[in-house]
Amino acid sequence: MVDQKMSNCEQVWREISNYIDGEIEPGLRAEMAEHFKTCPRCASVLAGTRNVVKLYGDERMLEVPAGFSIRLEKRIERGLASNFRAKRQWWSNWSAWLIPAAALLLIAGGIWLANPSGFRNPLKSQQAEPAKGIPPDLKVVVSDGEKLFHVPGCKFIKDPNSERTMTAAEAAREGYVPCPRCLRQYLKTGLITPYGHASDQDDEAEEEQEQPIVGAAVH
Amino acid sequence: MEGNSLNLAVGNSERNAARERELILAVQAGQRELFYELVRPYERRVYAAALAILRNEQDAEDASQEAMLKALAKIQQFRAEARFSTWLIQITVNEALMRRRRERTVIMEGIDDHRENDSGYAPRDFADWREIPSEALERKEVRQHLARALASLDPKYREVFVLRDMEHLNIQETAEALGISIASVKTRLLRARLMLRDLLAAGWQQGWFSRLPFEKGTKPW
Repeated sequence: MVDQKMSNCEQVWREISNYIDGEIEPGLRAEMAEHFKTCPRCASVLAGTRNVVKLYGDERMLEVPAGFSIRLEKRIERGLASNFRAKRQWWSNWSAWLIPAAALLLIAGGIWLANPSGFRNPLKSQQAEPAKGIPPDLKVVVSDGEKLFHVPGCKFIKDPNSERTMTAAEAAREGYVPCPRCLRQYLKTGLITPYGHASDQDDEAEEEQEQPIVGAAVH
Repeated sequence: MEGNSLNLAVGNSERNAARERELILAVQAGQRELFYELVRPYERRVYAAALAILRNEQDAEDASQEAMLKALAKIQQFRAEARFSTWLIQITVNEALMRRRRERTVIMEGIDDHRENDSGYAPRDFADWREIPSEALERKEVRQHLARALASLDPKYREVFVLRDMEHLNIQETAEALGISIASVKTRLLRARLMLRDLLAAGWQQGWFSRLPFEKGTKPW
C-alpha cells in the first residue's frame, strides 16, 4: 500500500512542472488536483515549486553589476563610432588611390598619343630590331610559331597552313620582325618577289641569326 | 480601481510595444544611434542569460556587450514575426556558449552532459511551508541567497531554468536557444525547479526569509 502511494507521488512529481505551466491534459490535471488535496507531501512540493517559479521569475532577480548600463552604452557608442570610422576609412583609402590612379592614366594616355609605337607588343626575337625602311601598308604574311613577317610566297614561312596576311605596320605592332631574306631583297630591289629559289636553300641557317634590317622605320 | 490600474498597465505595454516597433524600423533604416534605446529594456535579461552560462560576472558582462554589438550588426536580419527580446536573448546565449566552448573547463562539462541521467528527482524536504511573498525580494540579502542557490546548480539545469523561468522564453524557444530537445528542456526544468525548491526549503530553516512581515507573531507553519 505504501509502495502504491509512493509510486503515485513520484508520478505527481514528474508532472509537477508541467502542472504549474499548464501543459498537461485536463484529465491528468484533475487527478493531480485531487491528489494534492489528500497528500501533504505533494502539496508541499507544489507550494515550494510555485515559490521558486514566482520568486525567480520576478524582475528584481535580474540584477546587473553597478555601472553595467553606462559601460554597455559606451561600448555600443564605441561600436557605432568604429563602424563609422571603418566606412570612412574605406572611402578615404579608395579616394586616396583614385587621384594618383587617374593621374597615371592621364600620363599614360598622353605618352600613347605622343608615341603609339611605344605600346607595341614586345619583339618576338631578342636579337631583332624593329622593322625599318618597309612601307607600313605593305602586305606581308606571318604564321604560327615564328618571329618573322614575310613577303607573300617567301619560302621561309614556317607554317604556310597558319598564314595570316596583314600590313607591315600591323606585323611590327605585334612584335614581328622582317624576314632578313625576302624583305632584304625587297629593300634592295624594290620588287615584291617570292624569295626561295634553289640557290637560296643554303640561307636557311641565316634565319636563326636574324640579322637586323637597318633603314627607315616602318611609318 | 483595480480595473483602472490594469487598463493603465495594458496601455503602457501597448505603447511600449509600438515604440519598440518604431525603434526597430528606425535602426534598420540606418538610425543606429537609437539602438541603445531599443535594447535598454532588455539589458538585465541579456546579462542574466550570459551569467547563467558563464558563471563569472566579468565574462557575462563582456559577453553581454559583444552580444549587443552582434545584434546591432545583424539588425537587418530581425523579422517582425519574432519577439525582439527572444531574438536578443538567443544571440546572447549563442555568444555565451561560444565563449564557454573556448574554455578548457567546458570539455569536462561536455563530458558530464553526455553522462547526464535525467531520471526522476525526488524532493527531499516536505515541510509545510507557505508562499513566500514577493516583497521578500526587496531585501538584497534574500536576492543574494536566491542567486547563490541558482549558481550552485549544475550548468545544464541552471541554463534551462534561467531561460525558461527568468527570461520567460517558452519551451520551444529555450530548446532552440540551447540546441537541445524539448523533452530535455522539460526534464531539466523540472529537476532545476525541484532542486531550487529544496534549497529554498533549507533556506527557511537557515533564516533566509526571516524578518518577513508575516513572520511577526507565530510561525507560519
